[in-house]
Amino acid sequence: MVTLGERGAGRAPGAPRPATRRPANGRGGPTSVQLKFVMATSGAIMLLYLVVHMIGNLKIFLGRESLDAYAEWLRVVGEPALPEQTVLWAVRVVLLAAVLGHLVSAVVLTLRARRARPVKYSHRPPVTGGSYAARTMRWGGVIIALFIVYHVLDLTTGTLNPNGVSGAVYDNVVADFAPARWYVTLFYVLSVVAVGFHVKHGLWSGLQTFGRSSAATQARLKGVSTVVAVVLVAGFGSVPFAVLTGVVA
Amino acid sequence: MELNLRIWRQAGAADKGRLVAYRVDDASEDMSFLELLDVLNEKLILDGDEPVAFDHDCREGICGSCAMVINGEPHGPQKATTSCQLHLRHFRDGETITIEPFRAAAFPVIKDLVVDRGAFDRIIASGGYISAPTGAAPDAHATPVPKARSDRAFTAAACIGCGACVAACPNGSASLFLGAKITHLGELPQGQPERADRVVRMVATHDAEGFGGCTNVGACSSACPKEIPLDVISQLNRDYLAATSGRGPA
Amino acid sequence: MSMYSDFTIGDPIVDTAAPDGPIESRWENRRFGVKLVSPANKRKMKVIVVGTGLAGGSAAASLAELGYQVSSFCYQDSPRRAHSIAAQGGINAAKNYRNDGDSIHRLFYDTVKGGDFRSRESNVHRLAEISVAIIDQCVAQGVPFAREYGGLLDNRSFGGAQVSRTFYAKGQTGQQLLLGAYQALERQIDAGGVTMYSRHEMLDLVVVDGRARGIVARDLVSGEIRTHLADAVVIASGGYGNVFYLSTNAKGCNVTAGWRAHRKGALFANPCYTQIHPTCIPVSGDHQSKLTLMSESLRNDGRVWVPKEIGESRPPNEIPESDRDYFLERQYPAFGNLVPRDIASRAAKAVCDAKRGVGPTGLGVYLDFATSIEWLGRPAIAAKYGNLFQIYDRITGEDPYTVPMRIYPAVHYTMGGLWVDYDLQSTIPGMFVIGEANFSDHGANRLGASALMQGLADGYFVLPNTIGNYLAGARLSPVDPGADEVRATEAEVNGRIEHLLSIDGDRTVDSFHRELGHLMWDYCGMERTEEGLRKALDRIPELRREFWSSVKVPGTGAQLNQSLEKAGRVADFLELGELMCLDALHRTESCGGHFRAESQTEDGEAARDDENFSYAAAWEFTGRGEAPVLHKEDLTFTYVTPSQRSYK
Repeated sequence: MVTLGERGAGRAPGAPRPATRRPANGRGGPTSVQLKFVMATSGAIMLLYLVVHMIGNLKIFLGRESLDAYAEWLRVVGEPALPEQTVLWAVRVVLLAAVLGHLVSAVVLTLRARRARPVKYSHRPPVTGGSYAARTMRWGGVIIALFIVYHVLDLTTGTLNPNGVSGAVYDNVVADFAPARWYVTLFYVLSVVAVGFHVKHGLWSGLQTFGRSSAATQARLKGVSTVVAVVLVAGFGSVPFAVLTGVVA
Repeated sequence: MELNLRIWRQAGAADKGRLVAYRVDDASEDMSFLELLDVLNEKLILDGDEPVAFDHDCREGICGSCAMVINGEPHGPQKATTSCQLHLRHFRDGETITIEPFRAAAFPVIKDLVVDRGAFDRIIASGGYISAPTGAAPDAHATPVPKARSDRAFTAAACIGCGACVAACPNGSASLFLGAKITHLGELPQGQPERADRVVRMVATHDAEGFGGCTNVGACSSACPKEIPLDVISQLNRDYLAATSGRGPA
Repeated sequence: MSMYSDFTIGDPIVDTAAPDGPIESRWENRRFGVKLVSPANKRKMKVIVVGTGLAGGSAAASLAELGYQVSSFCYQDSPRRAHSIAAQGGINAAKNYRNDGDSIHRLFYDTVKGGDFRSRESNVHRLAEISVAIIDQCVAQGVPFAREYGGLLDNRSFGGAQVSRTFYAKGQTGQQLLLGAYQALERQIDAGGVTMYSRHEMLDLVVVDGRARGIVARDLVSGEIRTHLADAVVIASGGYGNVFYLSTNAKGCNVTAGWRAHRKGALFANPCYTQIHPTCIPVSGDHQSKLTLMSESLRNDGRVWVPKEIGESRPPNEIPESDRDYFLERQYPAFGNLVPRDIASRAAKAVCDAKRGVGPTGLGVYLDFATSIEWLGRPAIAAKYGNLFQIYDRITGEDPYTVPMRIYPAVHYTMGGLWVDYDLQSTIPGMFVIGEANFSDHGANRLGASALMQGLADGYFVLPNTIGNYLAGARLSPVDPGADEVRATEAEVNGRIEHLLSIDGDRTVDSFHRELGHLMWDYCGMERTEEGLRKALDRIPELRREFWSSVKVPGTGAQLNQSLEKAGRVADFLELGELMCLDALHRTESCGGHFRAESQTEDGEAARDDENFSYAAAWEFTGRGEAPVLHKEDLTFTYVTPSQRSYK
């Protein structure tokens, strides 16, 4: 009878260890650390995109022409060496891959976490300082994903936009955040805040995943992540705020 | 002082288990938390009931045997303290205290508060050592170790293998435990030859044992009675990345 | 029935494995003299190791590396939790890295003298020789010893020595050394050389044709009783300090493995030699379940004192220097606060007996760091002792950086144990005993930082060399699992468990254990008298009878049953305690940790009686409560001349 405490002698003494170990629960597939690398890499791509996106958005404060010209430039960048929209689509493909990688890894890791912790404590543990952002990554991520779908239909394809004129970015945005459509503005702002929380933990977590955090730098890296998150929230949030207050009309 | 206890009772692995309420009237502030359970158990035995099973041994915070979740926190509310070193002066007279076993799929309950933490041993067996057969060692001073590296190795080596990190982790991950051993051995010159192989094998065993992945929540490090810093997980990731990307670990 | 105290004297016992010749070459000669087992034959031989502390863990790993099939047992849930893990201060080695005059001979000399001339010169010299290799071995395994800025190992001084030869890892040296051995063990488990049985407790020894051939063990989770057969059995189950109920031992530490072997014929030597450690946190109340040690290393920087006046009521920091008595510095100016443990403990007891003790119970003395903090600064003290100060704060709620610690002696280590020869083999052929479980190296008192040294010396270096001599020469045939001796031992174990469960009385196991502990502490503790010992010898058999008629053990044997585990252990302590008192009664001299009030010098120091007691007392079991037989092993001293130990 093999009992709980009995271990070893699974193979003859001195026999070589098996070259690779099949996980005992038959799960196989990438290790959790590898999935974390996927999360961190894809997250970094999306974060980089967000920063560029935010800088682009701020052109709204330079006026209609500036923003619309920038939007047009995005379509033609790389010409004449490359056909129109090549760069744009390349970016879109990379982004899509990042989103899918991020999403799939997150789902797999979440399922593994559920299996690893099937029973909850009946006395809820207190949430300690700083971990709110960390503990809302999953639901925050879902909200952000839903928002992105809406956002693409709204301002990329124009399908859900009240103005919806291709190329008239400035007007589309102003129509979008019109005071009567306060609920759209609210959803946008909430989503931007969710992105902020996601980035606050995600950026630091990604650095940790890449092994770039040490006891000495940990506090500083967390600070940097918070600053980046705040800048993103402020940058993205300033647009609807400006429309709402009439600074941009 | 008087204390109301809600304690997880589970007759065996197959039993469903439930929280049962008890009351201890004659507790003293100077008692340790485990001595409170001793007092309760003496009473239960004389009343013809089964005493509460719990792991404990050294009762001085170093063996890592004691393992219980007290009011939702592994080892209770006091920082850097194991259950055996937690004293009742940190509780209020009349307080209700909930005591549950460590919860993780990789730590199945054996009885009451006793769980099976054999997965930790299996992780160590898969690579958490330096191969130095007895008698083969050079003089201890043959290889000086910079103090900073030696100190970091020591900080990581202070892990007592209690499993509080897993119990606290919302993902049931043992990354702190794993990272502590990787960091301990990886900081030392003696640990270099096996460094890449070690991390790959230990991570594989960690996952195979059914522990979840790390999301850098940090609950592990907060719950750790030896205050193992979170950066050992960063070190683990870094070593793993280096080992699997074909470069030697930095 | 004869009275227990009417022991009889049997034939003297002689260590036939011990080589002679110059002491420096004895170990080398012995290693050359032992028979060897060929690698091919080692693979066919099975060795059981009971216990996974420094001795057992290192032995199991080393034996498996040699190619033996090893089965390792521990009662804890993991081999990493054995109580060696709690050793704080350090490990001695004669490296002389400090250039302060240390040498193998000096470590040998200090240890023989520290043991108050009641240990074997050959064994101690071997220990001192091996000490050097232990440090090398541990560093190679990645034990993170404290280092200096140049990257080399740091040392500190310890009680009983005037050189700095103690290697340490903060206050967690035992933990780090044990993890080294544990990791080596896990490596062998993974390699298939060791089968690990954790949560298993050895309950008896299987002896077939006069040889140790296996153990009967209980799986503590399922309750299953099973016999494990082997070619040799190694007992590494630690000391028996828990006979005192309150000690610095872990709650689970017990004498069962050793005592069961003793009942099967292994002699038990010097059971009365117990070490009372001077620096433990004082008892706070009746609920107390164990005592916590504060490492002896604290005496490097802490000064021990009590108020000069009886009935002093001021808090310690308000008592001026002129009203303090730094009694160790006063009585022992040469060693000061670093006198050996037995001496420091008795001095503390003496001032408390004189009603000058401190704290709520009056059983305590101050250990004050104010002077060192002033000299070295708080960060330096924190770096050396931070974790110890934290432990103290946790338990007492007082901050030792600002308020002097209160300390009092407590039972810590047992020098006595199963008798073994130079090869570490007991009087049952095929049964070896290593580490604290044997009696071999410390005589009547162990020096600080020597327990870790001995455990690892036995496990890594001595046993793996000597066990082969037995295995090569024994020509063992396989044991039939159905053999009468095996069946009988199993039946005995089962019968005992059923008996314990069936009594269903009205007292808990702990209440018996507490009462036994009080008896032992009062009459067989720091100071022993004939009158007290006779009282204990009257009371212990009664207590044992009460135990077997009125103990209450709930539950069944077929489950995890911690009450049943405790009951079996306490039942054995109730027999061992009696033998300890008898040994203490018969030894009418004082030596080391054994202080007979009747035998002291004018200034209260221990007075040895070398003429009559220069021997190790090895006791033979004849039946529970029956008069045992005393076999004397004469001790001869050629290299260190016995003298009155002086630390003044």
